[in-house]
Amino acid sequence: MSGRTMLGKLTWSAIPFDQPIPLLAGAVVLVVILAVLVWVVVAGHLPDLWREWITSVDHKRIGVMYTLLACVMLLRGFSDAIMMRAQQAVAFHSNGFLPPEHYNQIFSAHGTIMIFFVAMPFVIGLMNLVVPLQLGVRDVAFPTLNSVGFWLTATGALLVNISLVIGEFARTGWLPYPPLSELTYSPGVGVDYYLWSLEISGVGTLVAGINLVTTVLKIRTKGMSYMRMPMFCWTTLASNLLIIAAFPILTATLAMLILDRYLGFHFFTNDGGGNVMMFMNLIWAWGHPEVYILVLPAFGIYSEVVSTFSGKPLFGYRSMVLATMAICVISFMVWLHHFFTMGAGPDVNAIFGIASMIIAVPTGVKIYNWLFTMFAGRIRFSTPMMWSIGFMVTFIIGGLTGVLVAVPPADFLLHNSLFLVAHFHNVIIGGVLFGAFAGYTYWFPKAFGFRLHEGWGIASFWFWLIGFYVAFMPLYAVGFLGMTRRMQHFDVAEWRPWLAIASIGAGLVLVGILCQIAQLVVSIRRRAELRDVTGDPWDGRSLEWATASPPPVFNFAILPDVTGEDAYWAMKRRARDEGEHEPAYGPIDMPRNSPTGFVCAFFATVMGFALIWHIWWMVGLGLLGAFATFVVFAWRDHDEYEIPADEVARLDRANLQARRNLVTAAGSI
Amino acid sequence: MSELDEVHRRLEHAPGDEEQVSVRLRVLGYLIGLALAIVLTATSFFIAGTDLVWQPSIPVAIIVLAIAQMGVHLVFFLHITTGADNTNNVMALAFGLLIVFLVIGGSLWIMANLNQHMLPMDQIMQMQR
Repeated sequence: MSGRTMLGKLTWSAIPFDQPIPLLAGAVVLVVILAVLVWVVVAGHLPDLWREWITSVDHKRIGVMYTLLACVMLLRGFSDAIMMRAQQAVAFHSNGFLPPEHYNQIFSAHGTIMIFFVAMPFVIGLMNLVVPLQLGVRDVAFPTLNSVGFWLTATGALLVNISLVIGEFARTGWLPYPPLSELTYSPGVGVDYYLWSLEISGVGTLVAGINLVTTVLKIRTKGMSYMRMPMFCWTTLASNLLIIAAFPILTATLAMLILDRYLGFHFFTNDGGGNVMMFMNLIWAWGHPEVYILVLPAFGIYSEVVSTFSGKPLFGYRSMVLATMAICVISFMVWLHHFFTMGAGPDVNAIFGIASMIIAVPTGVKIYNWLFTMFAGRIRFSTPMMWSIGFMVTFIIGGLTGVLVAVPPADFLLHNSLFLVAHFHNVIIGGVLFGAFAGYTYWFPKAFGFRLHEGWGIASFWFWLIGFYVAFMPLYAVGFLGMTRRMQHFDVAEWRPWLAIASIGAGLVLVGILCQIAQLVVSIRRRAELRDVTGDPWDGRSLEWATASPPPVFNFAILPDVTGEDAYWAMKRRARDEGEHEPAYGPIDMPRNSPTGFVCAFFATVMGFALIWHIWWMVGLGLLGAFATFVVFAWRDHDEYEIPADEVARLDRANLQARRNLVTAAGSI
Repeated sequence: MSELDEVHRRLEHAPGDEEQVSVRLRVLGYLIGLALAIVLTATSFFIAGTDLVWQPSIPVAIIVLAIAQMGVHLVFFLHITTGADNTNNVMALAFGLLIVFLVIGGSLWIMANLNQHMLPMDQIMQMQR
């Protein structure tokens, strides 16, 4: 067998030696990864890393790893963004510094990364970290499956990043519309990288969705009835129901495109009876629920934050639940508004337009509920609360422009213009990302035991907020001036000043990100003074604050008994009025760590890479390895270990003592 | 309230551990399900190939048999019942059906509408010439 067939389509020409930007970026990333690996090995952290993190099935650890993945990929996605803004700022009557084929890869990678590998892991990470704690339980329903889900998501992210140096990424935009994405017009491996990384990470997302739905439905502590669950648990339930319903559509649609590209099928081709419109239809039947998969958990975070920092129970809890579940269902009835202009008749357009406007109603209900929660409250303007207020202002603007493009005649003018780009950045940054940052600051002390530095956090908030407006308000204007999206160069003089302003906005956002990095570094260095001793740094209301920070592996020594909404608030009042007594501690069984997820993902990476490059023997190897891992896991005998009652008592007493000290200190003032 | 919680807890089972019913009864349940499934499948094949019935009724008959088949699977193999302990499963089924109806129904409607408003491909090609 010759070397050529051994490695399929992979040759030395796959590495872009003639293009300095991706090669340099790849080299820098590689150096950073190698440096971190060398440091881990030399400092002797490798066994700890393997035992405590990589093989961990603890929902808190997995949540942290999801969030870390999201933060790292945010840097990658943002560097794509700043290159695009810089390109458009200089590309007036010139080619700028990015050639078209490279520019096309950048905007495709930016969208794919920001949605699938930043927003998704960020919200799934926070849900993983917080939901079991809020439900007052010790774990999620399927701990090892949870780990598999995370590592498969990481596989997808890895494949996207490999495309930077080996081969190329898709040039088709973040959704690979055929016929452009078919073999005839995209013969390279770019679309294949896109398809396989999303097929693999899509399995991971589906698994996470199943796990979280089962957890909320089946695993709640005593007395935690549905109508007593914190709002974040409700939005988690709705969001993960949407994942379970929508992600199979994505997987199936991409699988059909794979069949077209690999086996000569004709689902979406121009000839042979294919229909490209079926792709638009199916991809948006997933794509619109996806928007709500991202934003619903963010709504949950705002609900928690606004209630805590206003010192009041959430206003209109029941209407909030109803609004969440209404959005969950209506989000499946609006997908055509993404292709109003592509040939449907007025009857179809009108119905989907009206449905799109109706979905703004439950969202509006939520906004009013947050405002009324703040009304007459004693508001503390800490960083999470600042993100929430910034969200409310920004999201209302984004939502209103959304209602505008939901009107089909208006959409015919604005479709595919930068107005649309400004709109969806307005709701995704202002809604999802601000929510993720609010949740990150809010729950950071719970995960790590110390708060994030307040000054750097506020600075980062203002740079992000102002940077967002400076970057995206001009795009609304150029959209009205007729500029379409994804332009590598342009020759209309009126657009030029707006694009220059937008690039300044991207620069301000960059400063915001640098502030966040500084915040993290400063907080780690000064963790002693930022220490959260009691486990309740914000005077919280839900059960995650009832345990130590960071929580012990078993979360709660004694599972809490819930008697109403705002469970922990009630517990605190009861403890103040009646005093507390030492509970009877017992031993606790916890699931054993397992490398199943990591090993599965390793073989999935091998398989994905081999499928992209048509290395068939390696595909078989990857598939066999992944299956063997599953068999080994299925046959294991010991899946739990016991934590003795003494150990449970020791950890819990330390936390209770810290809380008592605080109460005594407060009493003496 | 606590009584209600107690009832609630007693009726809820983790996935996998079902109510304690004797093995004989459970095997019997599966056998009845299997027999019904086989009968329904065999009937479908028989009807598809026969000319004993009025021809245009065959597709309708096959659809009816397919729906019955789904019902048999849900009741005998997936254990969907109307009992209080089955609320989650029934709700999940209802949600799934709703989504399937929305997505498939919506897709058919949209695609039919698109086809109606678009010229056939060969005519578009002719216009481009």
